[in-house]
Amino acid sequence: MIPAAFDYRRPESVDEAVAALAEAGEDAKVLAGGQSLLPMLRLRLAFPELLVDVGRIDEMRGVREEEDALVIGAMTTHHDVMADPLVRTHAGLLAAATETVADPAVRNRGTLGGSLAHADPAADLPAVVLALDGELVATGPRGRRTIPARDFFTDYLQSALNPDEVLVEVRIPKAGNWGFRYEKFHRAAQAWAAVGVAVLVRTDGGRIAEARIGLTNMGPTPVRAAAAEAALAGAEGPEDVARAAQAAAEGTRPSSDLWGSAEYREHMARVLTRRAVLAAAGPA
Amino acid sequence: MNRISVTVDGVAYQDDVEPRLLLVHYLRDRLGLTGTPIGCDTGSCGACTVELDGRSVKSCSVLAVQADGGEVTTVQGLGAPTGGLDSLQRAFHEKHALQCGYCTPGMIMAARDLLRENPDPTPDEVRHGLEGNLCRCTGYQNIVQAVLAAAREGQEART
Ligand SMILES: Cc1cc2nc3c(=O)[nH]c(=O)nc-3n(C[C@H](O)[C@H](O)[C@H](O)COP(=O)(O)OP(=O)(O)OC[C@H]3O[C@@H](n4cnc5c(N)ncnc54)[C@H](O)[C@@H]3O)c2cc1C
Ligand code: FES
Ligand code: FES
Repeated sequence: MIPAAFDYRRPESVDEAVAALAEAGEDAKVLAGGQSLLPMLRLRLAFPELLVDVGRIDEMRGVREEEDALVIGAMTTHHDVMADPLVRTHAGLLAAATETVADPAVRNRGTLGGSLAHADPAADLPAVVLALDGELVATGPRGRRTIPARDFFTDYLQSALNPDEVLVEVRIPKAGNWGFRYEKFHRAAQAWAAVGVAVLVRTDGGRIAEARIGLTNMGPTPVRAAAAEAALAGAEGPEDVARAAQAAAEGTRPSSDLWGSAEYREHMARVLTRRAVLAAAGPA
Repeated sequence: MNRISVTVDGVAYQDDVEPRLLLVHYLRDRLGLTGTPIGCDTGSCGACTVELDGRSVKSCSVLAVQADGGEVTTVQGLGAPTGGLDSLQRAFHEKHALQCGYCTPGMIMAARDLLRENPDPTPDEVRHGLEGNLCRCTGYQNIVQAVLAAAREGQEART
């Protein structure tokens, strides 16, 4: 289908983008890679009056290093995130999960910021950034603010961003010596996860000292598997891990759809958590 | 209306377009380049894959205004200007990598991107590199063979 008509602006700076959004009010939308937004416009599931294309704003692209954090521009494409040596060194979980997103052509256009702002619980990167304790930096008419990933995803396709704010960058604390794994369960013909589990593990003397687990598609927002994280502290060996992983679906609210029932998703969350933690903790 | 300048298959164009015009419709309906087909509404099938500034994109999921100032290559821009086939096109022909041919332009453009990033892929890497492109006829086997054959030819040309 052909999208409904809209106006188009292509600012060259974040300030211009914010001004364009403020002027247009609620009916404007940011256009990043367009890989979620353009299909929605074509299916006429969204009717913005103005698209503010942030695709040519150089300050929103690329990866840089600060003392204890990696700063990734919101407009950095999936392709560039995956290939970036800083990301591979300091946020291996993000690189590994991004490799599982969609397909090469979609990864050439789709962006990290777009993936997070879209706030689809079935998307992979929200749960990953949640597990990494990332922070999202937004700029609006009242200046910049930093939103912890924990507070960013508010409901199905809803984020803490205001309509007049632009997500400009994502800050990821450097991972240090954490092991990681993204376990994604999906149908061969479909890249979208039925369930995904993002795991970071810090070991100390053969025991798990700390684990952080983000879950994809286990409710209206990505969630941390808090009960399993707590149960994993001090775990030693596969039996301990298997026992702790039984708590992975606690507190989740997965839906039932043609890819699986809620019970099936809960089961898969437990199975994938066990696998991911064992892989992230490395050979025991 | 917005004015755009794009180079498509080596030819420079300037046109006034509505912002909602998709790149694939611009190519097909305005420029008459119907070698790039449309297969779906969701960005899932890959039939419409072209190159934009050297990278494969699904032209149904890009606005023509987003391509402003850019360089587009479609399947029609491959090969010699006189009509000779390029190595991927020839390999698809020789390995019988198509039946109805609807997916072929997109497959070839996706395979170009794959071979640029990875000139010597394994069969598994070819399958993953083409995961955004659906074929309802061939069962993929001969498509993978064709891409591997074109890769071998590229390797030989370099040595
Ligand atoms: C065939 C296909 C398969 C896919 N498979 C997967 C998959 O397996 N896993 C996965 O995680 N994703 C998948 N995706 C989605 C893909 O990752 C998208 O790239 C991503 O969801 C959106 O990024 P984008 O840059 O294209 O954003 P857009 O589509 O441009 O925008 C998406 C939304 O976010 C808003 N937005 C974007 N950027 C900003 C910003 N900087 N500030 C404020 N708001 C902003 C937009 O207004 C819009 O509402 C798939 C997509 C397709 C087409
Ligand atoms: S027409 Fe199906 S992906 Fe573009
Ligand atoms: S040859 Fe018919 S869809 Fe691929």
